[in-house]
Amino acid sequence: MTNVTAVPGHPHSEAPHSEAGAVHEQRELGFWLYLMGDAVIFALLFMTYGIMVGNTAGGPTGKQLFSLNNAALETALLLISSTTFGFASLSSRQGNRSAVLGWLALTFLLGAGFVFLEIREFVGMIRAGAGPDRSGFLSGFFTLVGTHGTHVSVGLIWILILGAQVAIKGLRLSVTSRLFRLGLFWHFLDIAWVGIFSVVYLPGLL
Amino acid sequence: MFGRLTIEALPLYSAIAASGAAMVVGGALLVAIIITWLKGWMYLWKEWLTSVDHKRIGAMYIILALIMLLRGFVDAIMMRAQQAMALNNGGYLPPEHFDQIFSSHGTIMIFFMAMPFMTGLLNIAVPLQIGTRDVAFPFLNSLSLWLAASGAGLVMVSLVIGKFSTAGWTGYPPFSGIQYSPGVGVDYWIWAALISGVGSTLSGINFIVTIIKRRAPGMTLMRMTPFVWTALCTSVLMAFAFPALTVACGLLALDRLLGMHFFTNELGGNMMNYVNLFWIWGHPEVYILILPAFGVFSEVVATFSRKRLFGYESLVYATAAIALLSFTVWLHHFFTMGSSANVNAFFGITTMVIAVPTGVKVFNWLLTMYRGRITFHPSMLWTVGFIATFVIGGMTGVLLAVPPVDFLMHNTTFLVAHFHNMIIPGVLFGYLAGYMYWFPKAFGFKMNEPWGTAAFWFWIVGFYLAFMPLYVLGLMGMPRRMEQYNDPSWQPWLVAASMGAVLIMIGIACLIMQVVVSIRDRKRNADVTGDPYDGRTLEWATSSPPPVYNFAVLPEVRDREPLLDMKERGVTYAPPSAYQDIEIPKNSPVGVIMGGLSFVFGFAMVWWIWWLAILCGLAMWAAMIWRSSDDETDYVLVAEEVERLEKARYRALEAAKAARS
Repeated sequence: MTNVTAVPGHPHSEAPHSEAGAVHEQRELGFWLYLMGDAVIFALLFMTYGIMVGNTAGGPTGKQLFSLNNAALETALLLISSTTFGFASLSSRQGNRSAVLGWLALTFLLGAGFVFLEIREFVGMIRAGAGPDRSGFLSGFFTLVGTHGTHVSVGLIWILILGAQVAIKGLRLSVTSRLFRLGLFWHFLDIAWVGIFSVVYLPGLL
Repeated sequence: MFGRLTIEALPLYSAIAASGAAMVVGGALLVAIIITWLKGWMYLWKEWLTSVDHKRIGAMYIILALIMLLRGFVDAIMMRAQQAMALNNGGYLPPEHFDQIFSSHGTIMIFFMAMPFMTGLLNIAVPLQIGTRDVAFPFLNSLSLWLAASGAGLVMVSLVIGKFSTAGWTGYPPFSGIQYSPGVGVDYWIWAALISGVGSTLSGINFIVTIIKRRAPGMTLMRMTPFVWTALCTSVLMAFAFPALTVACGLLALDRLLGMHFFTNELGGNMMNYVNLFWIWGHPEVYILILPAFGVFSEVVATFSRKRLFGYESLVYATAAIALLSFTVWLHHFFTMGSSANVNAFFGITTMVIAVPTGVKVFNWLLTMYRGRITFHPSMLWTVGFIATFVIGGMTGVLLAVPPVDFLMHNTTFLVAHFHNMIIPGVLFGYLAGYMYWFPKAFGFKMNEPWGTAAFWFWIVGFYLAFMPLYVLGLMGMPRRMEQYNDPSWQPWLVAASMGAVLIMIGIACLIMQVVVSIRDRKRNADVTGDPYDGRTLEWATSSPPPVYNFAVLPEVRDREPLLDMKERGVTYAPPSAYQDIEIPKNSPVGVIMGGLSFVFGFAMVWWIWWLAILCGLAMWAAMIWRSSDDETDYVLVAEEVERLEKARYRALEAAKAARS
C-alpha cells in the first residue's frame, strides 16, 4: 500500500498493478455488473409497462394524468444533476476537496428537487383516485417510475454518506473509488430516466 | 402489534403438521444443546459464522444444502406415499397439506438445496483452481451465504408458524394472488425467493469478477479448468437472470400487499406476464444449476481416467453456447399459453438446438474415458451413472420441445419425470460427485469410499424405480400434483415409484453414514499431501485444508493442467526463496447480522408487522453504511508467520514421503 498516496485524485491515476489499484478495478467491474443486473430489472419493468399501458380498465389514461411541464422540469433537474456530479468527479480528480463537497451538495439539491416533484405528482394522482390499485396501467406506471424514484432516493442517501466521508476522511483512494461508483450509479439513473421520459411521458401525452 | 400473527398460526390443527413443526423445533434445539454442551458457540461465531474465507463459506453453503436436502426429501417421500395409497380415498394427507408439500418440495430443492450446494462448490473450488487467495469480494460472499440461509430459514419457519404456499414452486397467479390465497403461505414463498435471490445475484457478480480479475499469473482464459469455465458461465447467468425473479416476485408482492393489478383477473391485470417473467429467470436457472455439475464431471472424469480432458475447447465453446441459448428458450415452459404456432415453433427449435452442445459434452466425457485408466472412486460412479441416465432425460426433453407433443404432455407426470431425470442425475449427482471429490481438500481427510459407493447404487436404482413409472403414468394421462385419483390402472406404477423413493431414502442414509464413518476414521484417512488423487489442477497444489491464504506464493501457470505440468517439470512443492507479507480480509459479523435482520424483515413482511419490518430495514441500512465506510477490512499476515506455517507443511510432506517409501 505504499503508492496509495502517489496521486491523490482519481482512482485510475493509480499504478495499475498496485494492490490498491487492483482492488479498485475489481470493485469497478463488480459495480458495472450490478448496474447491468439493475438494467435488466428496468428492462423488465419497461416491458411490463408496455404490456399494461392500454389496460386502463375504464380508469384515467396517461393523457389525462401526465403533465408535460412537470416531466420536463424533472428531466431538467436530473440531467443538470448529472452534469454537476460530473464536476464533482473532475474536482475529485484535481484533489479539490471543498469543490467536491460543493458540487455534491448541488447535486443533492437537484436530486432532492426531482424526488420532490415525483412525490408531488404521485400524491396528486392518488388523491385524484388514480392510485396504483386503480388499473393495470397505473400499477405499471407507479412501479416503473417509483422504482426509478427509489433508486434516486437511495442515491441521495449515498451522496450524503460519501459527502461525510469526503469531509472526514479526505480524498483518499478508498473514498474516491466509492465516489467513482456513485457517479456510475447516478449517471445510470439518468439514462433510465431518459427511457422513462421517452416511453412513459411522451407517448402518454402525444 | 403483531399484524395478522395470532396464536392460531401454530400448527395444532393436525397431528402431521404438528409433528413436522416438532421436528424442526426439536432439531434446532438439539443442535443448540450439542453446541452448548461442546462449549462451541464462541468457536462457531469466531471461526465460522463471521468468516469471510471462501473455503469456510463454501463448507457452510454445503451444510445448508445437505440439511435442506433432507427436508426436501421428506416432502418427496410423503408425496409418493400419499399417491401410492390415495386410490378412491383421501390417503393420509388432506388436500391443502399435500399442496403445501409439493410447493415446499420444489421451492426447497431448487432454491435451498441446489443453489447453496452449487454456490458452495464454487466457493471451495474456484479460487483454488484459479490460484488466488480469495474471491474478489469476501464480505459480499459472506452476505450472500447469510441471505440464502435467511431464505431457507423462512421456509423452515413456515412449518412452525403459519402455513406454506399451496401454489407450487412456481407460484402462478391468479391462484397465488391475494384473492385466492389470502393466507401467509404465498408470502413466505415470495420473501424466501426474493431474499435468497438477492444473495444469488451478488454471488454471480462476485464470481464473475473473481474469475475475470484474479487468475494466477499465466492462467489465460483457455487455461482455466472446465469447472471454472462452467462457474463463469453460471455466474453470468446468475447475475442477469436473477433480476427477473426479483421482478416477478416483487410485482406479485405488490399485487398482494398494495392491491395492484399486475397479475390479477380484473382491472387490467395480465397473469400471463407473470409466467413470462418467472421463466425468463426460471429457464436460465436450469442451466445455472447444471453447468457447474457439468464442470464437476469434467474434472472428475479427467482425474479418474488419468487422461487430459478430451476436446477441452469444444467443451468450453459448448458451455458458452448453452449459457447464451439458455436465454432463448423460456417460452417452452408455456407452449400451451396460446402463442401463435410460429412463436411456439421458434422456441421449440431453440430448445432442440440446446441439445446439440449438450451432446457435444457427452462425447467429451465418453472419449476422455476411452482408453483411460479408470479408477471407480465414488465421484466417478456418479459421473458414469449421470452420463447414461442424463441421455434418457435429454431425449424426453427433445420430445417435449415439440409443441404439439407438449400440448399432450403439459402438466402430466411425464414432465415431472423429465425434469427430475435432468435434475437428479444431472445436477444432484454432479454436486455429490463434487462433494466427495473436494471433501478432502476442504477438511483434510478423505471420505469413506464403500459408503459412497453404496449411496450411489441406492440412489441410481431408486431414481430409475421412482421416475420411470412417472413417464409411463404421464403417457397414460396422469396430471401432476394429484392428491387423490380414481383410475386403478395408475396405482401399481405409483406404488413402484414409492418403492423407488424408499431406495433413495436408503441412499440418503448411506450418505449420512459416510459422513459419520469418515469423521470417525479421519486420522487414518488424513490427506497429508493435499493431493489425494494425483491431481492435475491447482487446488491440489496446496495443503488440505489450505491455509487461510491458499498459496504462500501465487503459482505460475504454464499449462491447462498446471499441477500436472509442474509435476512433469519437477517443480512441485519447491519451497520459495523468500516469503512475503500477505493481506487477508478480517472476519466480519456484519454478514451474519444482515442475514438475521433480513430473516426478521421477511417474517415481518409475511405477517404484516410493519413496525418490525421498518425497524429491520433501517437496521440493515445502518449495518450496510457502517460496513461500507470501513477502510480497515484487511489485516496483514507477516512473512515470518507464513514461513512458519509453510515449513510445518513441508515437514508433514517429508514425513508422508518417508512413510510411503
